[in-house]
Amino acid sequence: MLQLDHIGKQFDNGVVALAGISLHLQAGEIVTLVGASGSGKSTLLRLVAGLDAPSTGRVLMKNEPLSGPHPAMGVIFQEPRLMPWLRVQDNVCFGIRHLPAEEQAARAAAVLARVGLSKFAGALPRQLSGGMAQRVAIARALVTRPALLLLDEPFSALDPFTKASLHEHLLDVWADARPTLLLVTHDVEEALVLSDRVVVLHGHPGRISQTLRVDLPRPRRRTSPEFQQWKERLLQAIGNEHSGSTAQKPLLSLSTDANAAGG
Amino acid sequence: MSAVSTLATPLLAPAAPRPVRATAPRPARRWQWPLGAVLPVLLLALWEVLARTGALPPNLLPAPSRVLATIAELARTGELWPHLGLTLGRVLLGFGLGTALGTALGALTGYLPLLRRLLDPLLQGLRNIPSLAWVPLFILWMGIYETSKVVLIAVGVFFPVYLAVMSGIQNVDRKLVEVGRVYRLSGLELVRRVFLPAALPAYFVGLRNGLGLGWMFVVAAEIMGATKGLGFLLVDGQMTGRPQTILASILLFAVLGRCTDSLLARLSRRLLRWQDTHGTTT
Repeated sequence: MLQLDHIGKQFDNGVVALAGISLHLQAGEIVTLVGASGSGKSTLLRLVAGLDAPSTGRVLMKNEPLSGPHPAMGVIFQEPRLMPWLRVQDNVCFGIRHLPAEEQAARAAAVLARVGLSKFAGALPRQLSGGMAQRVAIARALVTRPALLLLDEPFSALDPFTKASLHEHLLDVWADARPTLLLVTHDVEEALVLSDRVVVLHGHPGRISQTLRVDLPRPRRRTSPEFQQWKERLLQAIGNEHSGSTAQKPLLSLSTDANAAGG
Repeated sequence: MSAVSTLATPLLAPAAPRPVRATAPRPARRWQWPLGAVLPVLLLALWEVLARTGALPPNLLPAPSRVLATIAELARTGELWPHLGLTLGRVLLGFGLGTALGTALGALTGYLPLLRRLLDPLLQGLRNIPSLAWVPLFILWMGIYETSKVVLIAVGVFFPVYLAVMSGIQNVDRKLVEVGRVYRLSGLELVRRVFLPAALPAYFVGLRNGLGLGWMFVVAAEIMGATKGLGFLLVDGQMTGRPQTILASILLFAVLGRCTDSLLARLSRRLLRWQDTHGTTT
């Protein structure tokens, strides 16, 4: 489905963000990228999205080298990024304007029902709460029926309850059409609730330090002992990478700059 | 009772626009109006009294009632309408021309960095020429009649519109543009579906500034040489020593300027209803 071949990324200012990233995603797989801030996980996702080009290596989508955003791909960003001048319905249809009007309306209605926002089709983005806006963004990505869905810390700005319910929404949707999901997060529980595989990025430039196959049965309960064991394991996998630098442990640290580095 | 309400609702429904939550400012605005009118009314009354008691020299500052009477007289004889129509026509034509050119060039330089580097320094240089300095040249090139006047107004309108469009497009949120790129919009589609709507608030500010300058420049153009128009009335009043004609013309400029501006303001409020901002634009 998606293949990354020795990807490296150096920015114009000389900073090397990623080096030697190779990764293969099967169709229908859910893979999560975790790692400290600055480990390049969002950069990597932007390369896969075709929004930036890698400096070295290549991204293959369905065995073809990627040049720019792929039509079979959807992106959900950290912020909803809705067009503030469009009503919810029109925001959802933003990517399917080339389809016949009835088809657009039918798809939008279905996908809005899926995220529980049918009543808000006529609302403007400013009238929505943060969680609702992010659900609209999810609907906008789903309406194109992507084979690969990229999610860049999509729930990080939401409260725990909204977050948990959106995880459910996402897994429901995934169970329907089985798209491949590639998700960036710094939330260990989120990674474990969703993923088949967790890829741990580490260092400057970011490299893959570990890949963990999460074999917990679905649906996964956060409170189960197995889940807690996995959480320990994953925290350790990420934490070990930081043992050298005690100055910053963004995942566990309570220092104020951990918040600042969170984005 | 219930019969009445069931009858009344369908009658009212088509007239009501789509429900918008931001109805709160409406009653507030109704209360603001009289407060803003207090000071002008007081000043006018004072002026009227002073003029009637002879404290103000009538040959320099006639009473407001005389100014109004002058307008009424001009309207009655029919002399007013050609002046009014011609001035309004010049402004609208110049505004249209300047807006069209400013929008096109502003959109191009805002969207294409290469074109901005090529064109913008030149245009910024030209902008720094006080636009009235063009008048003699325009008259020399295009004669004293309509063309030079309309072109002068268009020049005045062009720069604020151009600047607003360019900076409006440059300041469009990169994050929204990326959404457009993810859905693989072509350049033109990206402009139409993301850049233009996002730049619309800035655009309206530019349009209103431009319109204001348009009214300023029509006065300049008509003072330079015209046989009709409100600006001509100004000069005529000065030549014939009738300050009430000058004041009448000034008043008409104020009313026309205010009317056209509030038309734009109303249009902008309607088109920018989606904005999530503090307070409404007026």
